[in-house]
Amino acid sequence: MQAFEYARPKTAQEAVALLASEWGKSELLAGGSDLLSRMKDDVSAPQRIVSLSGVHELRGIAASARGLRLGALVTLDELETHPAVREHYAGIAQAVEQVGGPQIRNVGTVGGNLCQRPRCWYYRNGFGLLATYKGRPLVPDGDNRYHAIFGNEGPAYFVSPSSLAPILIALGASLRLLGPDGPRDLPVEQFFVTPKSEAEREHAIKPNEVITEVLVPPANGTKSGFYEILQKESLDWPLAMAAVALQMEGRRVEKARVVLGQVAPVPWPSAEAEEALKGKMVSEEVAEEAGRAAASKATPLSKNKYKVQLARVAVKRAVLLAAGLVKKGEV
Amino acid sequence: MKIKVKVNGAWREDEVEPRLLLVHYLRDVAGLTGTHIGCETSICGACTVLVNGEAVKSCTLFAVQADGAEILTIEGLAPDGQLHPLQQGFWEEHGLQCGFCTPGMILASYQLLKRNPHPSPEEIRQGLEGNLCRCTGYQHIVKAVEWAAARMSS
Repeated sequence: MQAFEYARPKTAQEAVALLASEWGKSELLAGGSDLLSRMKDDVSAPQRIVSLSGVHELRGIAASARGLRLGALVTLDELETHPAVREHYAGIAQAVEQVGGPQIRNVGTVGGNLCQRPRCWYYRNGFGLLATYKGRPLVPDGDNRYHAIFGNEGPAYFVSPSSLAPILIALGASLRLLGPDGPRDLPVEQFFVTPKSEAEREHAIKPNEVITEVLVPPANGTKSGFYEILQKESLDWPLAMAAVALQMEGRRVEKARVVLGQVAPVPWPSAEAEEALKGKMVSEEVAEEAGRAAASKATPLSKNKYKVQLARVAVKRAVLLAAGLVKKGEV
Repeated sequence: MKIKVKVNGAWREDEVEPRLLLVHYLRDVAGLTGTHIGCETSICGACTVLVNGEAVKSCTLFAVQADGAEILTIEGLAPDGQLHPLQQGFWEEHGLQCGFCTPGMILASYQLLKRNPHPSPEEIRQGLEGNLCRCTGYQHIVKAVEWAAARMSS
């Protein structure tokens, strides 16, 4: 690992001032699970690390009538065990309780989960975010078993790795970012973008901006659920995940939000699944139909057709969990 | 860069490079080699220690991140030679063969029992999902933690 300068600001404003205005020169450090892995592999080699550990304004969960305010440094463990989160935002608790293992959830943060870089093995081995060699894309003819099945017309083929993003988008959450020109708010959905060139990032954040908080609207009875499929149950990367938020009148769905993860370069909202649920009484058949609708427009690559089936099942089970027709562990 | 940490109850100050990993600090600077380095990629959990009471993988933390913190390593569990119930449990129930994963297993179990003093076998397996063992097949580890849970609540 290359040597770097270590800065410990006390405020978010100070942190912003310490960040370089171009990518690669400086990196923010929260829990460090992703950053240290990239630095060990020389995928990232910042000259300066700006540690957020002393920036106390970025901590804390506040649940009120205005919704949920999550400081960017809230750990996944704090989020998973928070009573108001478990009671009103079941989908969030379900999304974080399987991230990594207990040690990872003790250090991993809300901001870090949203900002982690893709797991694409070409990217992690130095072929860049778009995975090219001498200008040629490596993924379409390469080992693409873990790559995108939606939004994969190129040049990006990686999948968005965040477990929190799909459920936050389904719940209509937004982010607050602080930069040199002050704060700005952005819906979480707009935070994720598909890069068109190697110079672009998959996040709509500037090199010298910091996520300060995530704001989730009041639940107001919205039922949410999350389901992910992993190859093995312990400490593994999910292959497909689905987050569902339902506004219901009894068992009838007034409005549904369905967002898939690990299937596209960005968290992937499924208008097809949302349409399949609207106005319906939730049942196993309706959930099945939502899954089928979600998978209907998938465009798998040469080695990842299996992910289409996984996405279908993830949506079905997330719908059943959200509607309360099954409990976690029963599906 | 100067850091001050309380390791197993004793404060110490050291000058470290910011890129020094916590596990290397504990082993090479503090001389506490009970914390093992397994995969060095935050998968195996052999390097698990407690920082301010929370289990972390010390291979994926810079030593400077622990500045001001209290750290507990396996050596700190039996300060006067008297085995901690978890250590005794791993002994009684044969929770180890080669022993490489054991310090991490025990410290992950320590956090587990602090949060949930009476875990079911399923909860023990979930609590230890961040730790790999290549000898025991886990069954004896689960029994060792159950043994410790019973001893600690009696």
